[in-house]
Order: sequence, then structure tokens, then C-alpha cells
Amino acid sequence: MSNFFDLATIWAGILAFAIFAYVVMDGFDLGIGILFPGFAVGDERDQAMNSIAPVWDGNETWLVLGGGGLMAAFPLAYAIILPATYPLVIAMLLGLVFRGVAFEFRWRDPRHRALWDVAFCAGSVIATLAQGMVLGAVLQGVHVVGRGYGGGWLDWLTPFTVLTGVALLIGYALLGATWLIGKTEGAAQAHARRMAFGLGIAMLMAMAAVSIATPLLAFDYWRRWLAFPGILLTAQVPLLVVITAVLFFRSLQRGGERMPFLLTLGLFALGFAGLGISMFPYVVPRAVTIWDAAAPAGSLVFMLVGTVTIIPVIIGYTAWAYYVFRGKAGVAGYH
Amino acid sequence: MDFSFDALTLARAQFAFTISFHFVFPAFSIGLASYLMVLEGLWLKTGSGVYANLYRYWLKIFAVTFGMGVVSGIVMSYQFGTNWAVFSDKAGPIVGPLMAYEVLTAFFLEAGFLGVMLFGISKVGKGLHFFATCMVALGTLISATWITAANSWMHTPAGFVINAKGQFMPAGSWLPIIFNPSFPYRLVHVVIAAYLTTSLVVAAVGAWHLLRDRRNPGARKMFAMAMGMIAIAAPLQIFAGDTQGLNTLEHQTPKVLAMEGDFEPSPQGAPLILFGIPSQKDAKVYYKVEIPQLGSLILKHSPNAPLPGLKDFPRAKWPPVPIVFWSFRIMVGLGMAMLGLAVWGLWARLRGRLYETAWLHRAAVAMGPTGFIAVLAGWVTTEVGRQPYTVYGYLLTAQSRSPLAAPAVATSLLAFVIVYFAVFGAGTYYLLRLMAHAPQAHESEPPHVPQRAAGLVPAAGLE
Repeated sequence: MSNFFDLATIWAGILAFAIFAYVVMDGFDLGIGILFPGFAVGDERDQAMNSIAPVWDGNETWLVLGGGGLMAAFPLAYAIILPATYPLVIAMLLGLVFRGVAFEFRWRDPRHRALWDVAFCAGSVIATLAQGMVLGAVLQGVHVVGRGYGGGWLDWLTPFTVLTGVALLIGYALLGATWLIGKTEGAAQAHARRMAFGLGIAMLMAMAAVSIATPLLAFDYWRRWLAFPGILLTAQVPLLVVITAVLFFRSLQRGGERMPFLLTLGLFALGFAGLGISMFPYVVPRAVTIWDAAAPAGSLVFMLVGTVTIIPVIIGYTAWAYYVFRGKAGVAGYH
Repeated sequence: MDFSFDALTLARAQFAFTISFHFVFPAFSIGLASYLMVLEGLWLKTGSGVYANLYRYWLKIFAVTFGMGVVSGIVMSYQFGTNWAVFSDKAGPIVGPLMAYEVLTAFFLEAGFLGVMLFGISKVGKGLHFFATCMVALGTLISATWITAANSWMHTPAGFVINAKGQFMPAGSWLPIIFNPSFPYRLVHVVIAAYLTTSLVVAAVGAWHLLRDRRNPGARKMFAMAMGMIAIAAPLQIFAGDTQGLNTLEHQTPKVLAMEGDFEPSPQGAPLILFGIPSQKDAKVYYKVEIPQLGSLILKHSPNAPLPGLKDFPRAKWPPVPIVFWSFRIMVGLGMAMLGLAVWGLWARLRGRLYETAWLHRAAVAMGPTGFIAVLAGWVTTEVGRQPYTVYGYLLTAQSRSPLAAPAVATSLLAFVIVYFAVFGAGTYYLLRLMAHAPQAHESEPPHVPQRAAGLVPAAGLE
């Protein structure tokens, strides 16, 4: 057990990193899709699209790593969670299809650009709602029988999952707006700044709502968060959220270019830490722990070797690609 | 019981549908990435503008194809869990790490350098841009390697033990798992198929424009390059297919017997059935046209060598014979037609009439989509031939599926069908429109992302 403990925990950490990388990276480009109808047709939309066109594909690869990694490292969790959230996962995948092809198709077909812009926005909204609802569905618990899912195909649909879905929608939109502050200038930037202000307030309200609703769920979440002496540690999370939020609104008003985005990442990191406090060491709360779900040591070690050596290289060339496309986004389509 | 049969059939239909749609895109983009690498390399080496223009011409087509490959591929990485949960739980410890390595070593590489390849030519310099193109091409090949290893393991599982939870787990080294008995043959067959498919498309596009203007330098160059590649790849592919057939005979005998339509054992040597109507129920091929002893000559390299028949195996282990029988014939028939096109092209080239033989160009246009059809037919042959198992000999397909009710799977299948036909239909239309456009002397770049470093003022009038 003790030997195994290490591998399963390390893998939980690696997957948490992959999921967080996905959320912050695809988060801002999904966010731009969510906000897309709010941008003026023409320059503002083209600028927004151009600011993510070279990187969205790499961003979405982290989702593939999340799916493939979960199957490889915690096959039992993969085999329970995906059937339990089946309609959500299918909706997310189809949403990603629509928004992914829109990047190329809208340039290819100027006459139907408005149509592909709708596909881009609707796909982004559906994918985000579905992701947020999957998260809520896992948090509220899944009916497990033996080594599989034992519930119906719409069990996930509750007020709580609707709340987490909307919360993520607000969060991604905020990431998108703050990303655009750094990538645009002039009227487009001022617009993004105004949107970020309203979304920042909405984001704090959403975080508060999810934080209040979670301990009211069936499990012992309240004990994890509110029992003494653990509360001395867990209370730091909302405290840091307040500090980050204050810094966020200050930098927004003082005309910060990159700080609003980085501080939004900070809010996401804190939300993610909160999620860790609620869940660890379960992958399916109160039913399957990471040790129950972990693949045999032979599989975990084999992947660990590759992951530890390759992920730094991936981060290296991804950073280089971002560096190549640094600076403000232009507006032109064809050259 | 009927209920679960329905959900199983629907789940199989959904997987077949989503993977068939997905498979078409990489089959094209693997070859196209390598072709772009060759074009850019020749451009850098010779400085000839025709290569630069062809590079830009095909890069636009690559961008659209690759985008569709990515989004249909993300679907696949979740389809195992959504619809084949029991398979994922049991085979995840083996198949999962192979796919995780595919993501780590290939998908990130392709995605990381694709942005620079598509939009970065004015930002990074020629050398680095060529490097980005090479990395994307390398990524497509690494991806093919891992996914073929995972798929081959499902056909010829090796190097595993089954633990107390019923999971397949590595017995020790991963080498026998990766280099399982059918992997090398399958990998060669798949990669050549991708190159052949791409060459056929490139040749068809070149031929289409030669029929309109036989002096178009871009059309001439792409047609000559593609016909040369077909002349190399088509015969190699027939040879590679033959060796994979021998490997399949050794490890998945019923699959080969279904391909051949051999229900009865042939102790004195098997014929080659060219055509016929196989009946699973009657265990018989009706109206068959056959060449005596040729089956044994091909599979055993000896005309009188005995071959077993499907009747030597229990019926429960037979794959659906008519599907495998027909899809195999479609693949082989198209392969022979490709060889014919290659020979014709060589003949025209030797006579110095490669650009003037209009009927050759018409034939090349007609053959343009056959690579895709052959790839799908081959895929159906091998995957339907693997039935009734997911992990051959160890895990039945009927015992691999998720505990989902039929209406859930039916709804999602319907959604996939509608969305895929709409979205990929539009994409195919855009691809055809790009291809219908004759290559220009100053080919435009893909939709551009002009950006400038922070702090610089843009020059007035600079687009």
C-alpha cells in the first residue's frame, strides 16, 4: 500500500496539473467564443479570433491528455465517470467540433461567416456548460455498482450541476475578456476591460455560490471545510480569494495589460485548490479513491518515465509558440 | 436481453461511425504533412518558386483537414469511456498508456508547431519555419506509430497477465506489448496507405488542372511528383498487404478465412474465390468464381498446401463473414486499380507524354478518392474481422460496453450523424473548392495573423 500510495498520488497530481493547464489555456479561448456575440462584427471579432488561432489547438490537446491520462492512470474512474455523465460528455465533444472547425471555416467562407461565428459561440457555450456540469456531477456523487456506473442517464441533472455549469461559463468568459485586454488595443481593449469588470463581479458571486452550495451536498464536505482545526487551513482559501479579487479590480482600473489575466488565473488556482480540499483522495467522491482506481504499478511507472521527461519539453516549445505570437493581435484575414 | 443487444449494436455503430469519419482525416494529413515537408525542403534547397507556391497551395488544404482531424480525434479519446467503459476498465492499463504516449509525443508536437507552420512564416525565418513543418510531419508519424501499437495489441495481445480485478496488466517489459506480433506489419501497411491516399488526391488535383491548362507549372509539378509516389507506393503496399495477410493467418486465422470466404477446410490446397455471395447462415459461398490452388499459393506460397476452413472453428468465433469478404475485395480491387494507374503513369512518363495524355489525367481524377475508400474498406476488414472480440481471444465485444440504456446511445448516435455530416460536409466542400482553384504563380498564404511585437507602432498601410 505504502509503495502504491506514492504512485497513485503522483499520478493524481500529474492529472490535476493537466486538467488545470487545460482549464486555464482552453478556458480563455473558450471564453472568447462565449463573448463573441458581444464583439462588433469586423475588426473586433477578427482581432479576437486572431489572438487565439495559432494556439487553440495546443490548448485543446491538454483535454486529450486529461481523457487519455485518466483512462491510463485511473481506468476505473474513467469507466465510471464518463458513462455517468454521458449526455454531457457527448454535448461537450460536439460543441468542441463546432467551435474547432469555425477557426478555419469562417475565413474560407466569408458569405457564411456569420453562421460560423454562431457555431463558434454556441459550441464554446455548450462545451463550457457541459464541462462545468460534469464537475458538479462528480462533486455531488455518482451511483456506483461493482466496477461500473449504476444510475440512469439523466441522474446528473440537478440545481447544483446547473450552478457549476453557469459558474464555469462566467469563469471562462472572464479569462477570455482579460486575455483580450492583453492582446488588443484601442476600442476593443476598452470594451474588453468593461466586460472584465462586470464578469469579475459575477465570478466572485459564482465562487461564493458554489462554496456555499458544496457543503450542503450529501457528503461530509462541511466537515472538511468547517471542522476545527482544519478550518485554520481551509479558511486561507477564501481569504486569498478576497485579496486576489481586490488586486484584480485595482489592476483593472489602473490600466493593467497582463495583470488582470494573471490574477484571474490566480482565482482559478484558488478555486482548483478548493476543489482539491473537497475531493482528495477520492476521484468519485465517497465511492472510489485514487488507490481503488489506480492502474497497476507497471502501467503507472511506464507512463511516469515518459511524462516526467516529455512534459518539460512540451512546456518549452509551447512557451516558444506563445512567444512567437506575442504582442497585439492584428485584424487582417488574408494577406 | 433484446434491450442490451440493441444498446450494444448502437454503441458499435456509433464507434464505427465516429472512427471512420476520424480516420479519413489523418489518412490524408499524415501524407500531406510529409509532402509539405518535401516541398518546403526542395524550396529551401533549390530556391525555385514553384515549390514555394505549391507549399502554400497545399498548406491551406492541410489547415482545413488538420482542424477536422483534431476535433474528430478529441471525440475518440472519450468514446472509449463513454461507450466502452468495461473495456476501458479492463484494458485501460495497457491501451491507456500507449495512447497517453501518443498524446505526449505526437499530439502536443503537432499542435505546438502547427501555429508556427500556418501563421509564422513571416515571424520566425525560413530555417525555423522548415523545422516547424518537419516537427508537424514527424508528429503525424509518431501518432500513427502509437495508435497502431494500441490497435494491434487488441488484435494480437501479448506481454500481459490478467489480475484479480479482471484487468489486463503488463507482465513485465512493455516491449512485447508495443511490438506485439501484428504491429510491424500493420504499421507499414497503415503508413503506406496514408502516403498512397495523399498521392492519389494530389495526382487528381494536378490532373484536374492539367486537363484545363497543361502548361500550368504547379499542376505539372504536383502531378509528376504524385504519380512518382504512386509508382513506388502502390506495389509496396500490395507486398505489405500480403505480409500482413500471412501474419493474420498465423494469429487470427478465422479473419483470413472470412476474407477468403473459406468455410470448408481445404486439405489439398485452397482456391482463390474472386467473387461470390457468402452466407453466414448456410456457411457457404453461392455463385462463386474461383481459381483453383491460388488461395494456398498466396497464403502459403505453395499451391497444394492445406488450409483450414471456418468450419474448423466454433461458429461463435466467426466474424460476420459477408462484411469482411466484401470489404476485403473492395480494398484489394482498388489496390490493383492503383497499381494499374501507376504503370500507366510510368509508361506515359517513359514516352515523355505525362502531361499530354488526357485519358491518363481523367483516370487520375477518377482515382482521386479511391485511397479513402480503400483505407476505410481495409479498416472495416480488420476491425470487423476481429469480432466477436475487442481484445482478440480474451474479451468479448458484448462484454465490453458501458451500462447505458439504448435510448441514450441512440440519441447520441443521431447527434453525431447530424453534426458530422453537416460540419464535415461543409469542410469537404471547402476542401474541394480550394482544390478546384488552379495553383497560382503567387499563391496566397493561409488566413493570416499579422501581429507585431508589443510597443512597436504599425507602419501605415501595412496589411
